Amino acid sequence: MSKDQIIKSNFKTEEYFINMGPQHPATHGVLRLILTIDGEIIRNIEPDLGYIHRSIEKMCERDSYQQIVHLTDRMDYLSSHINNEAVCLVVEKGLEIEVPERVKVIRTIIAELTRIASHCLWWGVMGMDVGALTTYFYAFRDREMINDIFEETCGARLTMNYNIPGGLMFDIHPNFVKRVKDFITHFKTKIPEYDRLLTGNVIFQKRTKGIGILTKEDAISFGASGPVARASGVSCDIRKIHSYSAYDQVNFNEVLFTEGDSLSRYKVRIQELWESLSIIEQLIDNIPEGDIKVQTKAVIKLPKGEFYQRVETARGELGVYVNSTGTKNPYRLKFRSPGFSNLSVLNKIAKGYKIGDLVAIMSTIDIVVPDIDR
Amino acid sequence: MTKSIHDWLFSILPEGIASITEMVLIAVAYLALFAIAGLYLVLLERKVAAWFQLRLGPNRVGPFGIFQTMADALKLVSKELTSTDRVDKFLYNLAPYFVIVTALLAMTIFPFSKQLQAFDINIGMFFLLAISSIGVIGILVGGWASNNKYALIGAMRSGLQTISYELSVGLSILTMVLLTGSLQLSEIIEIQRTGGWLIWQGHIPAIIAFMIFMIAGTAETNRAPFDLVEAESELGAGFHTEYSGMKFAYFFLAEFINMFIIASIAVVLFFGGWLSPFGITEGITWFPEVFWFFIKVLLIIFLMMWFRWTFPRLRVDQLLTLEWKYLLPINLVNIVFMAIVIWLNWIL
Repeated sequence: MSKDQIIKSNFKTEEYFINMGPQHPATHGVLRLILTIDGEIIRNIEPDLGYIHRSIEKMCERDSYQQIVHLTDRMDYLSSHINNEAVCLVVEKGLEIEVPERVKVIRTIIAELTRIASHCLWWGVMGMDVGALTTYFYAFRDREMINDIFEETCGARLTMNYNIPGGLMFDIHPNFVKRVKDFITHFKTKIPEYDRLLTGNVIFQKRTKGIGILTKEDAISFGASGPVARASGVSCDIRKIHSYSAYDQVNFNEVLFTEGDSLSRYKVRIQELWESLSIIEQLIDNIPEGDIKVQTKAVIKLPKGEFYQRVETARGELGVYVNSTGTKNPYRLKFRSPGFSNLSVLNKIAKGYKIGDLVAIMSTIDIVVPDIDR
Repeated sequence: MTKSIHDWLFSILPEGIASITEMVLIAVAYLALFAIAGLYLVLLERKVAAWFQLRLGPNRVGPFGIFQTMADALKLVSKELTSTDRVDKFLYNLAPYFVIVTALLAMTIFPFSKQLQAFDINIGMFFLLAISSIGVIGILVGGWASNNKYALIGAMRSGLQTISYELSVGLSILTMVLLTGSLQLSEIIEIQRTGGWLIWQGHIPAIIAFMIFMIAGTAETNRAPFDLVEAESELGAGFHTEYSGMKFAYFFLAEFINMFIIASIAVVLFFGGWLSPFGITEGITWFPEVFWFFIKVLLIIFLMMWFRWTFPRLRVDQLLTLEWKYLLPINLVNIVFMAIVIWLNWIL
């Protein structure tokens, strides 16, 4: 008899269910995971969604296009600027207007700052999920600087609403360029500090290396995008393959890893911080002069037809599909959110690992629950 | 001072009643020390955490927040004790006392200074090991009786962890006992008066023993990076999920008291207890030796807090691997090494 059989014949063991969430510190919001557990080992994970469903897509059908922009803040609240941009871009595409260069550059800079802020928050929470609480405060120190820049620029720190169809709501603050440069010099000294505190830690490496491996085939078939897919070697950066705004004017590398484990998902994001910094550096000195918006009609009516725009948020590919019948509201509006597809890989990659691993894997997937539920 | 109280009590009361009164006084003194140590270690932890995390820490209640934990304790005392219907009432209520009483018992035998020691028993170290292993029963019982899956997982992890790491704590203490030849705490300290601190006397094996003791001691107190028992990001609050009010506070305070105990053992075994470094206050009669004891204990506690606020948490299987594959074999070799050192008289 093998060891397992001996154990089975002597001890009665049972698998049992355990509810992780909707109120649980590691699910980052009101996500409920129904876990089937054998001792500490996870046999099955069933995400149960809908605890923060606000039917944003349905609400969009009764709102004007300017109003829809404001709703998208509440999806992936950490990439709110990029969500706004996606809707603005699709409306501009429908109206066939070309926004001024200045708008494109400012949108890109702020989008990259948003990405850095989002990755900072993710880094802090990642540390917390594996038990190192100090990371959170280090990350928030740096994120705070970005939020201050946002506050000065548009009055809001999180739900920005800086974009409007046709351009920007206001011009940038006179201090903007200086403060962004200050931030870049500050943050360049801080990313190595992140590495010293967490990346290089033996315990952290042991907790993430070779854990939760997502193969390239699975990443493609589950529709994973963003850092999750890029850690498995899938080239999917929308900024590269469907360049929008000012991304065609800058040089940056798409960060690709091939291991597909938790550690490579972590490293992709850390590398992306450097890439985002380099994008901002290339643009910050060359903000062209010009208008900050193209005047649109007070009531925007898209022509009859279907429009689609993809952007790269901090979490992956966000798609906005608008089906217009030529009225002031969309007939149907659908968001393809990155979080939903990325979460779907969870059962595939976390099965067979322990509860502690599940928490680490969840945070490397970097889910934002309102983005999944909408 | 203690002697004058003793003489005065025996002069005014019959012998039997006097000794009982004395015991009560000692118990009250220890309870007070226990409460103060527990509360102020919590405050210290919060302050240390704040220093590590670019924050200020508690600073509103009293100067530098010194009354913060008092206020917290008052709040916890005044809270209603809630529990779910499905708990095993008897065991559920018993569990916190297991934890707190064992922590308090272990405190009683420490020599805070030459005069300040309640019970100087000749098997002191053995007593400490025995008592500290009872505490885990409270955690196991609490997690089991809560009838909560998270609490149960936490309790089972605690069982695993304590049984494993107790070996390392015991063996590293044994290594040092080889050197001292005595289990009595006051005697262990006396040995260090002439020959220097034990970590100095025992050099390489003693330093290895100290490292192992610190790792295993941190694990014994269920603190990060070994806080799998609570693991707030995995299990909510682990074994004390269902506890509220003062019962929760007992678990919470016991953790800090246990930390104090581990640090005290380290100070007695490795750093000369209440002896001053290089004997700088040896000749000064009025100098309270207890000062050195507490300074050393606080330094070691600071080290443990440093661990907590820097390291990520281990996974449960890594925890066991660390103990059974690394610490235990190293420890066994270290004991033999120490024996050889003593046999060949390589002691410094």
